[in-house]
Amino acid sequence: MYRWKKKIAPYLFVLPNLIIFSIFIVFPALFGFYVSFTEWDVLTSPEFIGLGNFIKLFQSADFWAILSRTLIYVFSVVPITFGLSMVLAIILDRNIKAKGFFRAIFYLPTMLSFIVIGVSWRWILGNNFGILNYLLDLAGMAPVNWLTNSTTATIMVIFASVWARVGYFMVMFIAGLQGIPGVYYEAAEIDGASKWQQFRHITFPLLKPTSLVVVVLSTIQAFKMFGLIKVMTTGGPGDSTTYLVQEIYQQAFQVGDMGYASAMSVMLFLILGLLTIVQFKVSNRGGNAYE
Amino acid sequence: MNNKIKNILWYTILLLFSLIFVLPIIWIFISSLKTSNEIFSWPPTILPNNVTFSNYITAFSKGNFITYFKNSIFVAVAATALTLLINSMAGYALAKFDFKGNKLIFFLFIATLMIPLQVIMVPIFIVLRNLGLYNSLWGIIIPPAATPTGVFLVRQYMTTIPDEVLESARIDGASEWRIFSMIILPLSKPVLTALTIFSFMWRWNDFLWPFVVLSNESKYTIQVAIANFVGQFSVDWNSLLAMNIVAMIPVLLVFLFFQRYFVKGIAMSGMKM
Repeated sequence: MYRWKKKIAPYLFVLPNLIIFSIFIVFPALFGFYVSFTEWDVLTSPEFIGLGNFIKLFQSADFWAILSRTLIYVFSVVPITFGLSMVLAIILDRNIKAKGFFRAIFYLPTMLSFIVIGVSWRWILGNNFGILNYLLDLAGMAPVNWLTNSTTATIMVIFASVWARVGYFMVMFIAGLQGIPGVYYEAAEIDGASKWQQFRHITFPLLKPTSLVVVVLSTIQAFKMFGLIKVMTTGGPGDSTTYLVQEIYQQAFQVGDMGYASAMSVMLFLILGLLTIVQFKVSNRGGNAYE
Repeated sequence: MNNKIKNILWYTILLLFSLIFVLPIIWIFISSLKTSNEIFSWPPTILPNNVTFSNYITAFSKGNFITYFKNSIFVAVAATALTLLINSMAGYALAKFDFKGNKLIFFLFIATLMIPLQVIMVPIFIVLRNLGLYNSLWGIIIPPAATPTGVFLVRQYMTTIPDEVLESARIDGASEWRIFSMIILPLSKPVLTALTIFSFMWRWNDFLWPFVVLSNESKYTIQVAIANFVGQFSVDWNSLLAMNIVAMIPVLLVFLFFQRYFVKGIAMSGMKM
């Protein structure tokens, strides 16, 4: 009797999650893929146009401009986040005083929503009322139009993105560091290895699994950034901080071109998938660190 | 001696650097306590001349700020309850039963970690509309509840519970649901606590999903309300800064009381690949 129940039970247990998951993730993913091959303004029914949206996409100068902007943003945010979170983790993994306090401080922004963070930086960076320009003034420097100049706006959006989540990845690295046995360092110390050599030959190789997770997750996170930019710069000035996700949102919900927006979503998915594969490949190339 | 100087230098650098992380939040708080004249005065005052809570009072009395706050609480609490229930059930099935489809379902859950909402927001919107969940709070509670991260965390934790515990309960004639609710759940308290905290924080801070799903102002969550506030041409900074602080408070409280679970939770999710 209980054998039979044991057979059927797992399906019942997994069912609620699976149903919601299928309706709201699996089905939309497939449906979105289909929509990318149609012309659709939501009001009428979708009309199949084959690769039409993709051709339009590839021929659009706007799309290429947005894509390259997005890549500049992502490839700025990810390495800075990666390096900074690793350095902070290495410093705060050592037996220093008040390390719990410092960890908490660097983790603090991770608790806040991107909306709250975007609004906060917009207030700090205001041209005529922002505290940062006041500090520049005190230092005898000219004020900067932080968010109304396209170069500085891009830099500040990158800065705020790193600021927002570097603490999360720092905690991940700390967890990774705690998995490295202390005897390795003791042995290296006896052999007279310098701190840099220890980092180069022990810490960095043994952190490889954590590094991979950090790079993959921070890349996905950077590609999907939406809220922070919406409140900090609204994609401006002009469209200098408008990235792929902002453009998808605009095409879908403001222009109403669901097919075109879906084609861009498919592109975003392909880029993410491709980058993840590359990241895994690069990380595996050096062989297993434990071997 | 040389070491001591080096140490002091390191601490100074660390301290200065940590200021970058904490001062902005403090500055927002200080600004929110200033009057509407003082807030734009130049040179800016560092500390408020007269501490006033009028911005908070205005923010709460104007518009529907109390409604937004209630909506946010309702969404975060309901979504967290639902997440805990269905994720722990699914995680249990995947961890402790060897059934046909186990591997496939697990793979499916994990694979979609790669599909952020940003990629499927267009079709999601259409699905929600057809189900009558557009502009409904349930439309932002139900879909994200089946989070793959949650299922993964729970599953990894529950695989460490020995099978003998379950088998002996089965021999004693306990029903499967009883085993789950009376034995498995109490044993999984650490991971469930971590998931509760994370889920609450995720849902409280959620923006894109509510932004796409909610159209009626009376349904807005705090995050959507703040974002729309900024969208207007002249930003009412006084109310906005007060709102911003209020939106921080619940998550900061959670952080204060459950700090150690964050480290644990991130460490656990860091092992996911």
